[in-house]
Amino acid sequence: MEQNGSSPVISLRGIKKFYQMGDVEVRALRGVDVDIYPGEMLAIMGPSGSGKSTLMNIIGCLDVPSEGVYELDGKDVSRLKDDQLAAIRNHKIGFVFQSFNLLPRTTAVANVELPLIYGGVSGRQRRQRAEDSLRLVGLGERLDHKPNELSGGQQQRVAIARALVNTPSMILADEPTGNLDSKTSIEIMELFQRLNQERGITIVFVTHNPETADYCHRVVRVRDGMVESDISRRATAGIYATGGEPPSAPPSEPQEVQP
Amino acid sequence: MKVIEALRIAMRALAANKLRSVLTMLGIIIGVGAVIALMSIGRGVEKYVTDQFAGLGSNLLFVAPGQISDGPPSLRPNTVKALTLADMEAIADPSRVPHAASVAADFQTRVSVTRAGKTVDVQASATTPEYPLVRNWNTTAGSYFSTLDSDERQRVVLLGADTYQELFPNNEYPVDQIVQINEMNFRVIGVMESKGGGPGGNLDKSVFLPLTTGQDRLFKQKTPNGEYKVSVIYVSIDQSENIPLAQEEITQLMRERRGINYLDQDDFSIVSQNDLIAVFGDILGALTIFLGAIAAISLLVGGIGIMNIMLVSVTERTREIGLRKAVGAKRADVLVQFLIEAMALAAAGGFLGVALGWSLALLVSTAFGDFEAVVGADAIFTSLIVATAVGLFFGIFPAFRASRLNPIDALRYE
Ligand SMILES: Nc1ncnc2c1ncn2[C@@H]1O[C@H](COP(=O)(O)OP(=O)(O)O)[C@@H](O)[C@H]1O
Ligand SMILES: [Mg+2]
Repeated sequence: MEQNGSSPVISLRGIKKFYQMGDVEVRALRGVDVDIYPGEMLAIMGPSGSGKSTLMNIIGCLDVPSEGVYELDGKDVSRLKDDQLAAIRNHKIGFVFQSFNLLPRTTAVANVELPLIYGGVSGRQRRQRAEDSLRLVGLGERLDHKPNELSGGQQQRVAIARALVNTPSMILADEPTGNLDSKTSIEIMELFQRLNQERGITIVFVTHNPETADYCHRVVRVRDGMVESDISRRATAGIYATGGEPPSAPPSEPQEVQP
Repeated sequence: MKVIEALRIAMRALAANKLRSVLTMLGIIIGVGAVIALMSIGRGVEKYVTDQFAGLGSNLLFVAPGQISDGPPSLRPNTVKALTLADMEAIADPSRVPHAASVAADFQTRVSVTRAGKTVDVQASATTPEYPLVRNWNTTAGSYFSTLDSDERQRVVLLGADTYQELFPNNEYPVDQIVQINEMNFRVIGVMESKGGGPGGNLDKSVFLPLTTGQDRLFKQKTPNGEYKVSVIYVSIDQSENIPLAQEEITQLMRERRGINYLDQDDFSIVSQNDLIAVFGDILGALTIFLGAIAAISLLVGGIGIMNIMLVSVTERTREIGLRKAVGAKRADVLVQFLIEAMALAAAGGFLGVALGWSLALLVSTAFGDFEAVVGADAIFTSLIVATAVGLFFGIFPAFRASRLNPIDALRYE
């Protein structure tokens, strides 16, 4: 991967997605062109039904476009088969969901190990990496807690640790704070921001919430399956290339993220 | 994904729903349990019967009135024309049955035997003097009665090993002691070697006396023209390869003596050890088919139960499957996970079934003294393999369904 962001992680060209609903063809995406560069923290916004989730599913390799080309890390992934997509998701993408999606009755560390199991990482190494990942999100003391023994914010941290554990090219988060109260939402967004700034991890959010979008230095607005606007608050290519300070985090005091 | 991993996931899923898992296994538990129990009992019976035949004496033919299908000789209806001592004497004629090495007659009935205030009900065999020779049977004390004893209708008796134990609890020397048979005094002249049970009852729980004494003094069972009735005639054949020929000669002789017309059926039977073993073999064969049917039906029911519960499980865990796929599980990973779960369920059912069947076999063994049900390692092994294979087979459809789930739909599933 290019360190200074000269080539995009994600390159979408003319992406269209149609769903056949009986006789009707639903045109969820009608030609989307977006480039996302390494180290970006980006929000996709738009009204309900505008195609955000569809776009996210394609970016996350959960689905393939009906038309257009999607290059991930310079490799065309728009026509791959199920199992090939699964391998790409495993190695390059970390997901964070609105409803956490942790396995019940399963410890935090075992939940975080999940992607490593399918990545063929051996048992001991797996446990080590899962623990490291949990420490990174501030849950070093909660390794063997099960989801029902954790608060919503802690559960979402486990989910973030799980997304990080395979050192993916990017993290995709669909409404990650949708199920959290505002104080916990701030903690989670600051965690994302810290991961983005300190580790240069590319993060793409889907959100309704303008406050979530405030943490991002780029906002892509979608409407009726097309990109309506694409606003950067600072030149994306310059964030790390200029060696300057990281983009200033919008509202709120920088809070203690570590427990 | 590694199989160990899938096994751990499966165990966790089964443990999370213990009651449901056990109920699902019930078909397999009962099926395997029934097969193990009946199979071990069947083997026990086979072993028991084989042991009994081993004690019969070799190259032996039994001649009895009526057909085998009428039941054991002692239970055959009175309408069947009885055998007589004269029949035995005819068979003993070397010009008619040259391969008969020795011949003996035996009239069997129940008697009560009393000594020193203690009474036992046993079978009495009223025999001819050649009896121990034909049965290849020795005494442990004294000796069998002689032709003279027989001719003189002496009131002498030999005791079976168990009968001796019961009447002489302090192991007194029995010879020349007096016992009462049906309230008539008899002198004990010997004790037979222990032989264990046989197809005609446990010979150790018998007494032996001369046929002449028995029929003239005790039972008085004679034909209208005054001949001694007998229950069985034993013929020992000189060489085993001559048995079929001897069987043919005796049949011919008996048909003549009993005046059976050319086309009519025999009203007597001649049975060799091999015939008896073959009969038991047929019974065991039928039992095996019956067992197979039980096993097949309950395994089918059990398998359908497993398929049903696995389909429920796949639906319940749709989100889990979606998540696993989202983080990189391939179709084969999900397929293997659910197949292993179905197999683990079935194998656990198989284990419980083996435990159940084994307990039943032990129960039966304890209930029937000298009979022992044999639980074979091969039966256990086969049961477990078959149970697991049933799990595999009936798990294929649910597992295939799970592996085909679209991760997007699955994650959205409520
Ligand atoms: N699997 C599908 N089948 C049919 N129509 C779909 C499917 N997924 C999404 N759509 C339609 O595509 C459009 C965009 O949906 P979506 O991407 O979920 O929007 P958003 O996430 O912005 O609310 C909507 O009109 C929706 O009804
Ligand atoms: Mg949506």
